[in-house]
Order: sequence, then structure tokens, then C-alpha cells
Amino acid sequence: MSGRKPVGLFDRLMRLPAFLWLAAFFLLPFAITLKISLSEPATAIPPYLPLLDWRGGLDGWSTFLEALNFDNYRTLYADPLYRDAALGSLTYAGVASLILVALGTPLAYALARAPARWQPLLVALVIVPFWTSFLIRVYAWIAILKPEGLLNLALRRLGLIDAPLTILNTEAAVIVGLVYAYLPFMVLPLYAVMNRLDPALREAAADLGAAPSRVFWTVTVPLSLPGIAAGAGLCFIPMVGEFVIPDLLGGSETLMLGRVLWTEFFSNRDWPLASAVAVLILAIVLGPVVLFRDSLRAGEGEAP
Amino acid sequence: MTWVTRTALAAGLGFLYGPIVVLIVYSFNASPLVTVWGGFSTRWYGALLADAPLLSAAWVSLKVAILASLLATILGTLAALALKRQGRFRGRALFTGLVFGPIVMPEVMIGLSLLLMFIGIGLDRGLVTIVIAHTTFCTGFVAVVVGARLRGLDRSLEEAAADLGAAPARVLVTVTLPLLAPALATGALLAFTLSLDDLVIASFVSGPGSTTLPMRLYSQVRLGVNPEINAASTLLVGLVSAAVLLASWLTARRGQA
Repeated sequence: MSGRKPVGLFDRLMRLPAFLWLAAFFLLPFAITLKISLSEPATAIPPYLPLLDWRGGLDGWSTFLEALNFDNYRTLYADPLYRDAALGSLTYAGVASLILVALGTPLAYALARAPARWQPLLVALVIVPFWTSFLIRVYAWIAILKPEGLLNLALRRLGLIDAPLTILNTEAAVIVGLVYAYLPFMVLPLYAVMNRLDPALREAAADLGAAPSRVFWTVTVPLSLPGIAAGAGLCFIPMVGEFVIPDLLGGSETLMLGRVLWTEFFSNRDWPLASAVAVLILAIVLGPVVLFRDSLRAGEGEAP
Repeated sequence: MTWVTRTALAAGLGFLYGPIVVLIVYSFNASPLVTVWGGFSTRWYGALLADAPLLSAAWVSLKVAILASLLATILGTLAALALKRQGRFRGRALFTGLVFGPIVMPEVMIGLSLLLMFIGIGLDRGLVTIVIAHTTFCTGFVAVVVGARLRGLDRSLEEAAADLGAAPARVLVTVTLPLLAPALATGALLAFTLSLDDLVIASFVSGPGSTTLPMRLYSQVRLGVNPEINAASTLLVGLVSAAVLLASWLTARRGQA
């Protein structure tokens, strides 16, 4: 900033468009959702009560505020359906994150150790699926996992099974889908961190007689922890609210919050309860965001 | 490379690409069954061309993606410039939260909250509301891409222009933006594919007559495997791969220059 001409007005004008847009279409909708989550469902248009009467002045506000309550959140807490959905979301996202760390770490390491001239191509190969339609990538697994699908066909040809296994519409299919869809999110930040590690540290350990596996476990992995945390956070956060994967690959008993919200809104038309589920998802997600804030930034390679 | 890293790479890429390859191969299968190979055929691509609802949904998606990526690129670039070039300003924390919040906000939350607002203010749902929603969630991604490039940019060029008497607007247009061009292209492409790909948010904010391609595909996919969807997917995968290759080629060319 030093020695620069005062450019306050220009700076402010540059901030204005994004600020106004996001205040109107991100902040305000969120406030409205929060408010509706405290309302009661009603058979009206819009289907909830109370509605704020702007013309009522202060009285209008106070009757409005008095009518708001936490009933929907009590329902979420008391009804086992929502508790199971919250637990389900956390369990699926947690298990998938652990598997992603286990699969993503060797893959990111292999990318970082590949010859330099191959790296841009290999990284691009990991990125392409990430850019490719999420829906299509999840859909591709239906043909593989279904009872008369490719996996069962292969297992039968190999003589490993006599009757087809039921994999589609089970918990296993949801986990496979989550791991598959989010693998690039795990690998890319991890690769970014591993690629920046000083090779001298590895070489020093090797020179001192450590076997390659020992170098990996005692030097590379500990130094890559920020990347592992960033990748796990980047995967865990969206997985909690995931809708497409449990809906297409899971069974009717696969309970995850994103899917419960969808049903509550589109099938049961209970807007206040759907809003409360949305706020609950956000609350669950905000924990790791705050927790991983620093490592997310590290994974992104941004100096604070 | 040792055999360990080579195996890890082969297994990882095999896992990432296996299902996509299966999808592409079976889009050329004459038989509608996954486990039966009925010979090579392009009949599903023909069926695709005759599928009017699918084509009109693709058209809606294309229009939305073009408009949303354009708007998100403008807003995201301005936001990145403010965050990387303006030092401290009042409300910076709020501004940062607004720009990057939509990236971590669950899709169902963005979709639901925007829909509740659109209904609240009486805005009819359709193309416009989808464009608004997509612009909102793509802006942060553009800001990340452009911000990363701004960080690597030599500030002395902008300072030299300012010292020589160029007004801030002129520095922006004649120095900063041309230097940012590759990042603008990458950000716009990212926003375009994110918009083209979105199912959840569009399902909330779209209205009758504005069904997007993912929404149409999804309603078909729920009914099970369908070779016509494989054909549509293959075309989409081809389109996106071409776009990504183009983007990495642009970046590589800039790196050599």
C-alpha cells in the first residue's frame, strides 16, 4: 500500500458488484432459510407461518418474533429418522474419508515421484474425471455393480461366486461411489504438498540407511500431514450433504441428511423441517471447516 | 520410478478411468444389456438425436452455463482483485466469507435457500433463477483460480504503470487483465463445467420448461441403465476432456512464452 495514490473510490467500486451479488443471493437466502427453519408448516402459499407483516411496524415484528420457535429442531432431535440420517451422513463421510486417505496417499506420492516431464500429463489425467460430470461418473457404477452387472459377471466367470452378489443399493455401493467420486479432491491437494517437499530430506534419510518404506512412513507422511488434512476436509465436507450418490447407489434404507432434506422438501413439502435439516447439515459441516481452515489454506497453497 | 509407484499410478488411474471406459464402450453396444455384447452400433447416438426433451434440456444447460460462467468470471475476478490487491479494508472478513462461503456450503443448502428466497420475493422460477444460482456458487471458484494467478504475478509491472501516471482503471485494463488472461480462461471454463454439471441446485431453482441436462439425465438414470444415456454421457465426457486439454494447452503455452 505504501507510496500509492489514494484509490479508495475505485477500490470500493471494484468490490461492490461481487459484494452486492453475494449479499443478495447468498447471505439473504441463508437468513431466510434460518427464519423458515423456526417457522411452522402450514397449508398455505407459502406453506409456513408466521409471515412478517412489514406494515405492522414494531407490533408486527414482535408478533412475528414470538411466533418463531425451535419445534423443528426438537423434531430433528427426537425423531430417530433424523438422528439416524445425521449419524449416517457422518459415518459414510467418515469411512469414505479414511479410505480416501489410504488410497489417495500412495497415488499422490506416486504422482509426486513420477519423472518431472510426465507430471503435468499425469496430474491432468487425475483432473479430467474431476471435471467430468459427477452424475455420469456415479451412474457408470450402476452398470458395474448391479446384480446382472459387470462385476458379478467377472466374478462368475472367474468361478469365485455361484450366485450374483447384491452390491448395488447397499452401504458398500454408497462407499464405493463416494470414494470414486471424491478421489481427485483427495489426491490434488496432497500432491501439491508432496510435490513441494524438499527431496534432500528423503535423500538424507536414505543415506543414513533407512529403507524406502521407512523413508515414506517416517519422512514423507509426517511432512504431508497438512495435505492429508486438507484432502480429507475437502472430501468430508461435501460428502456430508451428498444427495446423488446415496440416491442412485444406496438402498431405500440408506439415510443421509442431503437425501432426507430432498424428500422432506420435494415429497413431504415440509419446508420448515427441510430448512432445519439444511441448517443442521451446515452446522455439521462448519465444524471441520473451522478445524481445517489452516490446512485447507495450506493445501490451496495460499499464504495467510 | 520404482515398481511400487508405477503400480500405484496404474491402479489409481485404472480405478478413475475404468468406469468411464465401460460407459463409453457400452454406448456403442448394439444390445441394450450391459453384459451382452451385441456388436458395434451407433444406434443409441441416433436415438439421442431424436430425443427432443433431452436436446431441449441440453440447450437450456448450454444457455445457463454460458451466462453463468460469464457473470461468475466478472464477479470472481473483481473479488479476487479486491482480496489480493487491496490489502486491508473494512468488512474484509465478511467479504472473504461471502466469496468463499458458497464453495464449502452444501449444494442442498444453496439450492434450498435460494428457492425459498425466490418464492419469498415472487420471482418466477426459470432460466433466470438458474443463472443467478449458478453464478452465485461459481464466483468463489473463479476467485480461487484468478487469486492463485494474481499471487504469482509480478507486481512491479502494475506499480511501474501507476508510477508512470496511469489511472487505476487503466492499470487494470492495460496491465493486470492481460496478464491474468490465462487464469480468466481457466476460471471461466471451470465455471462453465460446474454449471453444466450441476444437478442439485438446478433441481431446486428451476421451473417448468427450464429442465437442465443433468435434471433430464437424472430422471432417466433413476429408472436404471439406459444405453442412450451412455451415448449422451460419452458426448459430454468428450466435450469436457477437450475443454480440459485446451485449458492445459493454453497454460503450457503461457508457461513457455
